[in-house]
Amino acid sequence: MHATTPPKQQEFLKTLPGDDIRQLLWRFSDRFDLQMLVQSVRAVARGPVARLVANGGRNTHEWTPEKNALLTDFDNSGITAAFMDPHEGGYLEGPKNLALSLIAFELAWVDAGAATCSLATHLGLSPIHQRGTKEQKDYYMNLAAPAPGKVTKRAAFALTEPIPYVGVETGILCGKIRIAEWPEGGEPILEVNKRGRFITNMGFADFVTAAVESDDPRIQGTCMVILEEGDPGIFDRGVPTRKLVMQLSSTSDPVFQLKVPASRIVGGYSVVNGKIVPTYDHGAVIEAVFRRTRVGVGLMTSAKLLSAVEPLIRYHRDRFRGSGVVVPGSPRYELGLQQKEDVTHRLLDIWAVGEAGASLGFLTARMYDELDPIEKLKDAALAEQGIGGGMSAVKYLRKRSVEAIEFLEMQSHHESLRNKARYAALEADPVIQYLVTDGQANVLCPATKLWNTGYGNKMMREAVSLMGGYGITEDCPGFLSYKWMDSQLEATYEGPEAVQRRQLSMTMINEVFLAQFRTWIHDMRRVAATEPGTGACTVASAMHLWLWTLEHLQHAKDADGAKLYQSNRQGVTFPMADALCWLLASRAQILDVEHLRREGAGGVIAEGFEGTVAFLTDLCHIQAARAAGEVARICSELVFGYMRHPSWDRSDECSTCFKEEELQQLESLIPGASGFTSEFIRIDGSHDSKAGPCVQSTGLRDFTRLRSKLDGCLAGALLAKDRAADSIQKVMIPAALDYPQ
Amino acid sequence: MAYQIIVCGGLAPDPLQTLEPVTTPTGPGLKNELMLPNVFDPWAGHALYEAANLAKNQPGSTIKVVSLGPKAKLQQVMMTVAQKLPFELIALDGPGGGFTDAVSVSKALADAIAAIPGFDKSQALIFGGWESATRGAGVVMQMVGERLGITEQFLAVDELTVDPDGALVIKERVEGGKHQISKCAAAPAVLAWATGSLPEPPNHPQTGMANMRVMMPALQKAKPTALDPAAIAYAQVALPAVTRQTRIVKDVPAADIAAEIAAWIKQ
Repeated sequence: MHATTPPKQQEFLKTLPGDDIRQLLWRFSDRFDLQMLVQSVRAVARGPVARLVANGGRNTHEWTPEKNALLTDFDNSGITAAFMDPHEGGYLEGPKNLALSLIAFELAWVDAGAATCSLATHLGLSPIHQRGTKEQKDYYMNLAAPAPGKVTKRAAFALTEPIPYVGVETGILCGKIRIAEWPEGGEPILEVNKRGRFITNMGFADFVTAAVESDDPRIQGTCMVILEEGDPGIFDRGVPTRKLVMQLSSTSDPVFQLKVPASRIVGGYSVVNGKIVPTYDHGAVIEAVFRRTRVGVGLMTSAKLLSAVEPLIRYHRDRFRGSGVVVPGSPRYELGLQQKEDVTHRLLDIWAVGEAGASLGFLTARMYDELDPIEKLKDAALAEQGIGGGMSAVKYLRKRSVEAIEFLEMQSHHESLRNKARYAALEADPVIQYLVTDGQANVLCPATKLWNTGYGNKMMREAVSLMGGYGITEDCPGFLSYKWMDSQLEATYEGPEAVQRRQLSMTMINEVFLAQFRTWIHDMRRVAATEPGTGACTVASAMHLWLWTLEHLQHAKDADGAKLYQSNRQGVTFPMADALCWLLASRAQILDVEHLRREGAGGVIAEGFEGTVAFLTDLCHIQAARAAGEVARICSELVFGYMRHPSWDRSDECSTCFKEEELQQLESLIPGASGFTSEFIRIDGSHDSKAGPCVQSTGLRDFTRLRSKLDGCLAGALLAKDRAADSIQKVMIPAALDYPQ
Repeated sequence: MAYQIIVCGGLAPDPLQTLEPVTTPTGPGLKNELMLPNVFDPWAGHALYEAANLAKNQPGSTIKVVSLGPKAKLQQVMMTVAQKLPFELIALDGPGGGFTDAVSVSKALADAIAAIPGFDKSQALIFGGWESATRGAGVVMQMVGERLGITEQFLAVDELTVDPDGALVIKERVEGGKHQISKCAAAPAVLAWATGSLPEPPNHPQTGMANMRVMMPALQKAKPTALDPAAIAYAQVALPAVTRQTRIVKDVPAADIAAEIAAWIKQ
């Protein structure tokens, strides 16, 4: 039998995890293009970006020349061109979700505004990249690609609009498009009226991809349209938004009233019965865009948490140095505040959440890199069968999801038990592979955005608090207070938390995803069998509990007979989405550490490998326990919370109560035996001082069993925390932070 | 005139790291040395940027960088350096850092240079830093030159220009903040650079991609290079002592502060 607690004398963490460890964890150790990208982005982040922040560049809402100079740094370092394909002026081949996520991560390590500025440029180009015509792609990507001797043109993305004083709604557009002129045999000229709100990059954008709705019977539905600064009419950048955060990104409320040719409709159009029919409505465009870019936003918050580790250790360790009474060599001098368990344990919580978030985010980014080519193959396969987009594709895919589930079930079996021919056929079918990958991505993406930013923000507050009063000053090393405030915006933009929860509540009940989820439970059990110290067993048990609860809630009703799991019952669906996020993050963290354990062994990592893996394993265990606790709490609340509490007032609920004289008789036979219950009726008809009889778990025995098992799975988690705390006291950190303060 | 410019450049631990000398089975080293991120030695970096400038102005010139260090660290450092300019890497997989013996290092570098296919000494300009950021022995480049039979050697170089007649005009640092200007009729020559006058070139990712496509296989095949551990013995190694004496003053003119510092230095 495996011991769940590794021996006490394990190696400790010698230095903070370096690039070699991160490249293995996040699976780009074989991608020198990405390794180079990381180095060049890091040089910008910890160079010009950090200097600008340290020099007070954040203290104005205006887009200053100093902020604008960062765009040139982005161009020179390859950040701008990372979005483009080589033939468009870029230098990275293939899908770029992981690459863009790494950029966001590195920039946000120092300042999230700079990261947002970079992401928003890519976001502005995304509609063209994802859905543009070939001509549009060739023209605008070339405009936006930096090249020597050429002025780089910048993009912005305008979706949200001001609906006066009642908020914004991405599903309803007020931006209007109408036909201004339609010369005989010529191209229609469109008049676009759009007011944007909180539009990033508007301080300097040269062109904008804007979402608009038809205000003309000769144009169908909605679309996205490209607006250029030189177009006839008004291209007003608007007043800078007085936001309190992310001041290194430019945000304003622009106004556009422009005439543009119809060829600017993203993805082109056709003329049907004298009517302009855009190839893609705005929803189809933004769906393709946001599902990818949201991952980077989630990773920004995780970067901040991990960036906080080094400054916090230094602050805690050096806290009392310099005082005449604290002599070198004394525990107070060497460890400072790290002598206090609370300090190291809280730091471990922050670190574990940062690791889990990063693992989840990079897993999702890699999944989109896998999905991009599969999606193209799927589109081609559907086209071959004469199936276009829209509902016909949805119906077809729904029909084939049964086969995707079959594939996943076969995948979970041992190779020898599979129907090999059938398995090979399903594996080679792009539609099946699309359904499987898309089913995961549709859950992982909102989970990354929701959990990394939402819970990450709470942990950033914790990081700030661990700096004491210093934390809330401009002088705080690592700009922690800025990072804390910025993360609040990360939780909001590109779809606030409620939007992500809503998406999850629908995608997580997709049967293809749930089939995959069941195999993940087995995977975690397998990891637990060989590496129990990871907490994989805990995660597997928590996943089981979550799955049971979901199935229960989908069929159960509340005390009033109303269905529990339904679209509008967000008190049920949203907490289940939250619980799932904890599980996904913890699972991703464990998978990454297991990959590191396998691939980094045998001298691949030259020194300190054992200690690093042991420490990261303990972090997994800490996080797994925390995730299990959250899941158990949420599931218990939902399973029991909608049951009416039994009451003494209802005679049917008192039917199982003992009578006082019965207990007295029992007591006379076996002294002390009456203590097993407090549910009895006294001679005067009164009851014990509580709300009513205890709840009978009729039909919930499985839940109780799973919950009880999960509680037991927490064994060893806090021992892992103690070990990791030892490492935090011993780990060698750099002499100074590698960016200015 | 086209030159074969060969830049000798080693690695140094990132200076912001905690550099704590420890005794290892093979002699002195740094605590957790293999885990510390490295940078391209800044003195060699100046030499490399000057090489890039010379190559740009002398069509047909080529740049090769010969670097001795642990293979994994070389790869890490090249991720940054390779994005600056086009060059070919000749990687020697061996010990780096500040405790290697300069004689052994110079032999390894000279042997690697001499073994470069197509190496033509008559066109060779051997560049490097006049010292290193690790220990600053300041003798490796001279010994590399001697081993290659190149006796025209210039130390602490700040500027190199090529006359129309092909002569090399070289500005070396000498005592008293002055420069000595020399004229060397032609290659070969060894130039051990001080800071030069060129900034770090901006990144060019496309150059980096092109470089790394060639460098990655070269790194995989890097020649294992052992140095003689018995060639040098250290009696003691220690970091310079850091002292801090603080005095609080108010409204003291800058000139007075400068005078006080100057007096302290003269003590």
